[in-house]
Amino acid sequence: MTAQVGYDDVKTGTELAAVSYPVTRLSLVKYCGASGDFNVIHWNERLARSVGLPNVIAHGMFTMAQAGRYVTDWAGPGAAVVEFGVRFSSPVVVPDDDIGATIEVSGVVEEKLDGNLVALALTARSLDAKVLTRARAVVRLP
Amino acid sequence: MAINREYLGRTFPAAPPYEVSRVKIAEFADAIGDPNPVYRDRAAAQAAGYPDVIAPPTLAIVISMAGSASAVADPGLGLNYAMVVHGEQRFEYSRQLTVGDTVTAQATITDIRDAGRNVMMTTKTEIVTVDGEHVCTALSTLVERGGAA
Repeated sequence: MTAQVGYDDVKTGTELAAVSYPVTRLSLVKYCGASGDFNVIHWNERLARSVGLPNVIAHGMFTMAQAGRYVTDWAGPGAAVVEFGVRFSSPVVVPDDDIGATIEVSGVVEEKLDGNLVALALTARSLDAKVLTRARAVVRLP
Repeated sequence: MAINREYLGRTFPAAPPYEVSRVKIAEFADAIGDPNPVYRDRAAAQAAGYPDVIAPPTLAIVISMAGSASAVADPGLGLNYAMVVHGEQRFEYSRQLTVGDTVTAQATITDIRDAGRNVMMTTKTEIVTVDGEHVCTALSTLVERGGAA
């Protein structure tokens, strides 16, 4: 966990360091169980391919959760997420090997708003694809 | 099979009350790989200014999915779930979901539209405590690939 960020310390345009998060088949099985989303495309390669996907893909919400973790780790424990939205622009393809895939999240301070609110513009990539676009979080900082 | 446009604007019955538990929050945090102690340790959560352990922001999807399940599973809607991918997701929070909350989730289909060969359906789900306090609004857009009318 990181130190607490204060509203007054934040500058518009500041780029935040990128962080890479791993995702394996085991991650998806766990996420199926924890979320209750057992769509076959997240765990069954045969059925995923049969509906035209290149392989099993991660839940979009798993990817969004990694972006959420990126935001809360940056903002610190005393911050509160007020808004959080993403578009899932490309699937995170997760091969059946010991490595899986990687989701790299980066961000920039887009705007400082009234009420100690800060808007972050986020980017998430896996391999060469942008997996999240129009990703934005608004956090209230102390 | 195409999505039934007559479902646009329909509000579905709220899901049964959902009790936000310590165990579920820890399980969800483990599943997303987030070791943050505010999701597990009451003292850490209180030090951060919360009454008790809070949920990761995206845990709200579990509750909102319970609210929209009756819509998605309605045979009259005609959604082919194997062809569905998640297109967009947005949350607006009044506060963080916290251990001990008992909430309901009620979904409304707010948009159904074609996008090329695909069809996109947006649901808006209000997550409110049983005492009537708004916690989160979840806007989910599902894409049925190849489902355009």
